[in-house]
Amino acid sequence: MIEALKIGMLSAILIAGLLVVAGVFTWAERRVLGLMQERLGPNRVGPFGFLQWVADTVKLLTKEDRPPPGADAPLFRLAPALAAAPIIAGFGVVAFGEGLAIAPIDMGVVFILAMMALTVYALVLGAWSSNNRYALLGGMRAAAQMLAYESFFGLSLMGVVMLAGSFALSDIVSAQSNLWFIVVQPLGAALFFLAGVAAAHRLPFDLPESENDLVAGFMTEYSGMGFALFFLGEYLAILLVSALAVTLFLGGWLGPSFLPGPIWFALKTSVLAFVFIWLRATLPRPRYDQLVKFAWKAALPLALANLLLTGVVVVGGGL
Amino acid sequence: MKGAGLIESLLRVGRKLATPKYTRQYPEEKPNLPARSRGRIILTRDPDGTERCVACNLCAVACPVDCIKVEKTETEDGRWRPETFRINLARCIFCGYCEEACPTSAIQLTPDFELAEHQRDALVYDLPDLLIAGEGKHRGYCYWSLAGKAIRGKDKGDAENEAAPTDLKDLTP
Repeated sequence: MIEALKIGMLSAILIAGLLVVAGVFTWAERRVLGLMQERLGPNRVGPFGFLQWVADTVKLLTKEDRPPPGADAPLFRLAPALAAAPIIAGFGVVAFGEGLAIAPIDMGVVFILAMMALTVYALVLGAWSSNNRYALLGGMRAAAQMLAYESFFGLSLMGVVMLAGSFALSDIVSAQSNLWFIVVQPLGAALFFLAGVAAAHRLPFDLPESENDLVAGFMTEYSGMGFALFFLGEYLAILLVSALAVTLFLGGWLGPSFLPGPIWFALKTSVLAFVFIWLRATLPRPRYDQLVKFAWKAALPLALANLLLTGVVVVGGGL
Repeated sequence: MKGAGLIESLLRVGRKLATPKYTRQYPEEKPNLPARSRGRIILTRDPDGTERCVACNLCAVACPVDCIKVEKTETEDGRWRPETFRINLARCIFCGYCEEACPTSAIQLTPDFELAEHQRDALVYDLPDLLIAGEGKHRGYCYWSLAGKAIRGKDKGDAENEAAPTDLKDLTP
């Protein structure tokens, strides 16, 4: 009973923290994007515009939010929650520091992958229930994109799992105390990051949203809190992918001892999140058949070859 | 190699973080607009301080959105002047046709663009809101000293560059 209460409290703290971090991240993204486009970005609300995300949240909370005519109202309401909840759940197993995970389960990596894959149901449901053809196109693209990146998402990190000999995030981090896995698994890291960008639906792989040709893709009809929840899911997905990449390839909480572990973890995750913004500021969006072709014809064979090579080395006793 | 351009564009965009920004922070940093840019409408005065407007209504006719209303009156010394001069700036499109149509350089557009108000009524400008103390863009110009119309203190033929009136009943050339 006490244990359950403790976990519940910790989860509440984590969720509250995640909401704040996602808000701050939207502000940071807008600022960094602005600077990269030779403008300033939001800088009016609070010091350096830091409180912009609070203003945005208040605005979204007070906006009208109702299903469009002809929409499937219950599904329309359900979809945003389905988009945000699995990502938040995925953070439950992330090891922020030595023994600092709410649910340190053995299959942590698989759990996070599963949670990230679940969000596509939310996108397709939201798109379908909106009764809007742009939304439907976006939802279909989301499904196609999921089939593309999921083909090598899991395989790309399997090399790390083989080297560490465990699916638990804390074991994987501990296995990197001498050498970060990005050094021995550069191809796996690159493929994982690519798949992560696609999994988080970020430019250059934000095809489900694709605001230039699909208005706003699957969330065309959403406003107010529904829109906010979809966005919360998207931004937390970026952070979850970054956190997973840090855990798998960049040594997790490990770092020189003048800073505590969680700080190192946060720093590394922020750097990766910055790379996400950087990519968004730079790269154009490919067609989704190009993404599917790349995933199945280039990335999947590479991931398999990487896995094979790693298997040979591990079984051969090279490491 | 295909990826090289990708890396190069990433580096180029990343370098923009440190370059000077084009944003001008408006309320603190006022823009220096050209003298002929069209904003707030004013009614100017002659060098001697009398109103230039003669209530001829040409500006109201020229206005494509009908936002000007003028009503004429005549003073005791024979001058025409506007009894009401009302511009609805909520409707005005700042095209400047009124300024072009004005024969006396009375109505002019200025670079002041900060006209925002909380109530729409406040955007209806009447004569006291429009009239300024100075001559505006057209310095030294005085309509009544050039006009042929007789007013008190200036008879027909007395104006600058004006010949004496022809006597139509006289047969001599």
